[in-house]
Amino acid sequence: MSDVNAAASRRRFLRRKVTERLAVGGMFLCAGVTIFFLVTILGYVLYHGAAAVNWEFLTSLPLPPGENGGGILNALIGSAMVVLCAAAMAVPIGLGAAVFVNEFPTAGFGRFVRFLAEVLTGVPSIVVGLFAYALVVRPLGGFSGFSGSVAYAFIMIPIILISAHEAFRLVPDSLREASLALGIPKWRTILRVVLPVSSRALLTGVVLAISRALGEAAPMLFTAFGNPYLSFNMGKPIATVPLLIYTYATAPYEDWHQKAWAASFVLLVFVLFTSVLTRAFLRGKSHE
Amino acid sequence: MNNEGYALDESRGGGMEPRTPERAQQPEPESIRIEVDGLSVYYGKTRAVKNVSLAIKSRKVTAIIGPSGCGKSTFIRCLNRMHEVTPGARVEGKVLLDGSDVYGPGIDPVEVRRKIGMVFQKPNPFPTMSIHDNVVAGFRLNGTGDRHLIQEKVEKSLRAAALWDEVKDQLHEPGTSLSGGQQQRLCIARALAVEPEVMLMDEPCSALDPIATAKIEELIHELKESVTIVIVTHNMQQAARVSDFTAFFYMGELVEFGITSKIFTNPDKQQTEDYITGRFG
Repeated sequence: MSDVNAAASRRRFLRRKVTERLAVGGMFLCAGVTIFFLVTILGYVLYHGAAAVNWEFLTSLPLPPGENGGGILNALIGSAMVVLCAAAMAVPIGLGAAVFVNEFPTAGFGRFVRFLAEVLTGVPSIVVGLFAYALVVRPLGGFSGFSGSVAYAFIMIPIILISAHEAFRLVPDSLREASLALGIPKWRTILRVVLPVSSRALLTGVVLAISRALGEAAPMLFTAFGNPYLSFNMGKPIATVPLLIYTYATAPYEDWHQKAWAASFVLLVFVLFTSVLTRAFLRGKSHE
Repeated sequence: MNNEGYALDESRGGGMEPRTPERAQQPEPESIRIEVDGLSVYYGKTRAVKNVSLAIKSRKVTAIIGPSGCGKSTFIRCLNRMHEVTPGARVEGKVLLDGSDVYGPGIDPVEVRRKIGMVFQKPNPFPTMSIHDNVVAGFRLNGTGDRHLIQEKVEKSLRAAALWDEVKDQLHEPGTSLSGGQQQRLCIARALAVEPEVMLMDEPCSALDPIATAKIEELIHELKESVTIVIVTHNMQQAARVSDFTAFFYMGELVEFGITSKIFTNPDKQQTEDYITGRFG
């Protein structure tokens, strides 16, 4: 009797062990595939791009097609200007909307706004570009860096809203109550208690949104349009890195292909560095 | 009659000089500070507090006791309109602070809360602020900027909360670096800095160890010289030790309200006696 039981429990034990192995193995495989793609993309871009990146590439302007040499300074400056201008619009709007959604839960309207933001993150960026074209380029009568910023802001707002909303949700209600109980008005409670407590997560969200926008080429097609010369005028067409990559990669010149890889490399390194630096900064702060 | 509870003399911070009560400007100790008249509270359709009327005497400690879920926390949160933070809460009846209804038309809950401060169950110092900034949070956030005045205020409030000597050399460290009991006294100091007339305490010791609890209870004795205190407590010994008046709540109703010694030795209602002697709850 007890022998039979022992044998059965042994079999069960073996079966559990096998299942365990399979499950763990499966998860390892999934993790491996994820890393494989990241590493391959990095390796490929590194292999093709790194060789062409040098000081001249970063600090000089493009040369006419057919001539070798020159760089992408105009696109670097253009991207920085367009994205910073976009952030200047998107950060206050995204944060403000997140505050509204989380701190004023009026009759489900906030939840509706949040739902719309989730839908917005799924809107193809080319559609966003068309929208900015209709909203800004047509009325103003021409392509401009500013219209590009509007398109980027449109991409950034839902990302900032969602990450900020999640951040605000993690702020314990006991802190809001502590503040309100001191006779501090709600808006000051939000400004002095809720925002500082969630500041790290907010910063992460903003960096995420900026990184996302930096790499988008499609919205620039009908907005910032691109410009082979150095320009600081947000009211005129302006070059951006992703659009330059698109133009160069689809052009028939070998030198331009090389430059497209190099520009991809620069973009990738920049995005990686900002996220690593943000993380390091946040970790440093949390050890205070 | 309830002052003899504590022999924990070492728990007394060295800096607790006797406060000089400003009785001249204050109302007579026996006068009524808060009068609650027919207060009912609803959460959606549930009636959490049922038609409660009682009078809270000025510069006395009033304890609210009763089993879990009897509406004691809900009740005191209504005294300074903190229940409004909870969605779906609704109040009927009157709460008169010095004769004027805190639910009256045109009365801003922000004003009410500056007069009726609150300390919560779990210490909740602002984690991004230093000890110093925590104390002045309510004070400064309301727009006062005079640096000298702020320094004075910090020291005065921390002394009043019997915390000054423990933290005076680390005022710029985060409030969350303190122990639980110190954090709770920091929260009391923060509430005192706004100079409330009434202090509501919602189970202020339930997250603290016995020594920290003893310090808070001692502090309550000192504070009632100048502030009216309403304390919700699970701990009947605590109610007996610190309070002058006790209200017993059961199922949202006020069963009995009276002088603490009477409630604990010779209550009028059988239900009160059963609860106090541990027969239920």
